[in-house]
Amino acid sequence: MSQHIGYSANARLRWTEVLPWVFSALVYYYLPEYLSLGARVLIYILFALSLDLIVGYSGIITLGHAAFFGVGAYTCGILSVRFHLTDPVLSLFISALVSAVLGLVTGAIILRTKRLTQLMLTLAIAALCLEVANKATNITGGADGLSGVSIAPIAGLFNFDMFGKTAFLWCLLVLFVGWYLVRRVIFSPFGASLTGIRENNLRMQAIGAGVYGKLMYVYTFSAALAGIAGALLTQTNQFVGLNVLGFEPSGELLVMLILGGVGRMYGAFVGPIVFLIAQDFLAKQFPEYWTLGIGVLLLFVVLFARGGILGMVDRILGLFKGSAK
Amino acid sequence: MTMAIQTKGVCMSFGALTVAEDINFELPVGARHALIGPNGAGKTTFVNLLTGRLKPTSGSVFLGGLDVTHLSQADRVKKGLGRTFQINTLFNKMSVLDNVCLSIAERENISNQFWSTAASQKRIIEESLELLNLLGISGDSKVLAKDLPYGKQRLVEMAIALGLKPKVLLLDEPAAGVPSVESHRILQAIDSLPSEIAIMIIEHDMDLVFKFAKKITVLVQGKVLCEGTPDEIANDRRVHQVYLGEGHE
Amino acid sequence: MDSFFASLISVAFHGLAYGMILYVISVGLSITMGLMGFTNLAHGVFAMAGGYVLVTSLSKFNIPFPLALFLSFSLIALVSVVLEKLLYQRLYGAIELEQVLLTIGIIYIGVACARLTFGTLQQPVVLPEYLRGQFSLLGRDFPAYRVFIICFSSLIIGGLWFGVERTIWGAMVRASVDHGAMAQSIGINTKRLFTITFALGSGMAGLGGALGADIVAIQPTYPLEQLVFFLIVVSVGGLGSLKGPFVAALLIGVTDTACKYWIPELGSFFIYIATIALLLWRPAGLFGKRS
Repeated sequence: MSQHIGYSANARLRWTEVLPWVFSALVYYYLPEYLSLGARVLIYILFALSLDLIVGYSGIITLGHAAFFGVGAYTCGILSVRFHLTDPVLSLFISALVSAVLGLVTGAIILRTKRLTQLMLTLAIAALCLEVANKATNITGGADGLSGVSIAPIAGLFNFDMFGKTAFLWCLLVLFVGWYLVRRVIFSPFGASLTGIRENNLRMQAIGAGVYGKLMYVYTFSAALAGIAGALLTQTNQFVGLNVLGFEPSGELLVMLILGGVGRMYGAFVGPIVFLIAQDFLAKQFPEYWTLGIGVLLLFVVLFARGGILGMVDRILGLFKGSAK
Repeated sequence: MTMAIQTKGVCMSFGALTVAEDINFELPVGARHALIGPNGAGKTTFVNLLTGRLKPTSGSVFLGGLDVTHLSQADRVKKGLGRTFQINTLFNKMSVLDNVCLSIAERENISNQFWSTAASQKRIIEESLELLNLLGISGDSKVLAKDLPYGKQRLVEMAIALGLKPKVLLLDEPAAGVPSVESHRILQAIDSLPSEIAIMIIEHDMDLVFKFAKKITVLVQGKVLCEGTPDEIANDRRVHQVYLGEGHE
Repeated sequence: MDSFFASLISVAFHGLAYGMILYVISVGLSITMGLMGFTNLAHGVFAMAGGYVLVTSLSKFNIPFPLALFLSFSLIALVSVVLEKLLYQRLYGAIELEQVLLTIGIIYIGVACARLTFGTLQQPVVLPEYLRGQFSLLGRDFPAYRVFIICFSSLIIGGLWFGVERTIWGAMVRASVDHGAMAQSIGINTKRLFTITFALGSGMAGLGGALGADIVAIQPTYPLEQLVFFLIVVSVGGLGSLKGPFVAALLIGVTDTACKYWIPELGSFFIYIATIALLLWRPAGLFGKRS
């Protein structure tokens, strides 16, 4: 893993970090038919960034991160359909708040537990949220979901058009803000201490770090980001259904992150891009084989390519540097 | 006079196994103390009880006169307690510089700052490099802790504890298994510490113990066997028996 | 009042049967987790596979029921040994994230294979004649198969407990769970012990899946849907413990059945809340080792 956090890191923007935004601009101008897929990718990048903060940087494994995503998505949908609150910025803000509160409450429960129990609790909480959404049909629409979610024009000016142009740019803007915040946290002393917790929890305690408190902060922040990503999905699709909750999206996100490379921020970019594009082309044709392929991919990455795609890139670059000497 | 660290009647059992029995211990300010005893005597357990990693089944622990028996490890560190571990307990995938900076950042209470960059914390980085220089490993500041040889890792272990500028320092076999170059540096570093710090070392190397300690406590099977100056301990028959067995007079 | 009492008995009875199945499946997970420290989320795949073996043996090959049960145990145990040698062994010292990912990968593969081979529908279980119908006990009628489940599971569990408490193998397992490094240094071949124990635990999962095919339907989504319950049984019961998960499994079995019967709108909601509450009260589980 490249040492790109902490006190010896160079926090200045590298030229490669501009690429995702350039790439997005290119997609906007030259691939207008793919804007809805594009928006989906941008949303999942934000979602993956939120997961990387806790899995990659803090070392907390969760199988239920979709709980925050789903709660954010449903909050946005419910605000629009049941309370006729359609302002996109306000709706994102409230969704973030609700997810953050859930993050606070569940964090208080799970962050004091160890290993298997912690893992199980993340699953249980995700299953719980799914169960609630499934049964509270009056509020959530149950198995049918909430359709007809309407979104007011952004700042009263930019209407969500049916070509997905506004949605794409809106997701891009929100992702940019989210990315900026995450990047700041990662390079900060707080970010360094999170990695310290991941590397050696005991040592952190032995230097006086309030481990539980720090984990609560990052967990709540991550939950808020995931909630925003979920709300964005509802705003983009103008629909929210049960598929935003439970193990399925949580597991998928974990696969995306591992595919890209965990604990290195841009893995959260590469993973969703590769995964969702592949899924768009392959999964519809051969759904059974898609699941099989994901399973085999996971085995492959864990056994042979632990750093994911970015890890392999690192190794290839390392070979070049080595031969150049 | 308030003791730097003190225990009263500390007992610790795991079910039927008693690992510490009625330990009354005092470490004055500025102490140079050694804790010795045969393997399995409970020395590391005692340090864990002092630092809060273990909570005693009965008895109390006092830090600077304050009852800390129910405080967590981190809370006790904030009150001035620092330790090293018998087995290197480092931040393996982080650089040597980061390992020490984390410690200093905790002491300076800036480790919760999420807006500034870590790399811009000049004061902390400078202090960290000074500390690494004292231990002779400032050249390895960018190396990942896991990539260092064992002896240098032990120096990093020491640096992390020193970065806390603790009032009480507990060192668990700081030079064990360390090649002579590094162990020399460790001893030098200990010698250069301010005299107000109370230091206790767990050690098996008797040369080191007799060179360093002004007072020695002997722990056997979880109980304090005896305490005294190095001369007293060296001449104590019971200590001879414990280490060398019966029949050695 | 009498009908309430009757439904109480019925809930207790069905809860007991479900709980026993949960235990037979989950106990292997508890032991291997306590023994190997390996987070095996794919445990449910073994249970599901056992169920498929049984169903296929009964309907496609007309194999007699007892033999089919035996196959569910032994074939799965065998497959688990192969998987252990090929995959699991490589990650024994690895970080937890990698173990989790490996086993999730196995789940996905298992689910996909099940869907491809058997389709998405629940598998119907063709019980032999002598296990169908009702069984009379103390003036009440109970489904004969459920009675069989309870009796047979009790035998298996009894055998397991005897094996762990009284045999050399059991002593080695207990020693290794308590202190792995120590056990190795007194000459216990921990590698072989792991493989044998893993095979036993996975075989039992297969057997439990097969036995319980009537209660917990065999379908491709099985490993994912049931995973949380197996994990609850193990965490609430206490990792590495034998008796703890038994109590936990029975509690869950009865509570879940009761909830589904009397408050179906809540579904499994109550179980999750109860689990969270219980673990807040006792983080190491009911009978777990407190460090």
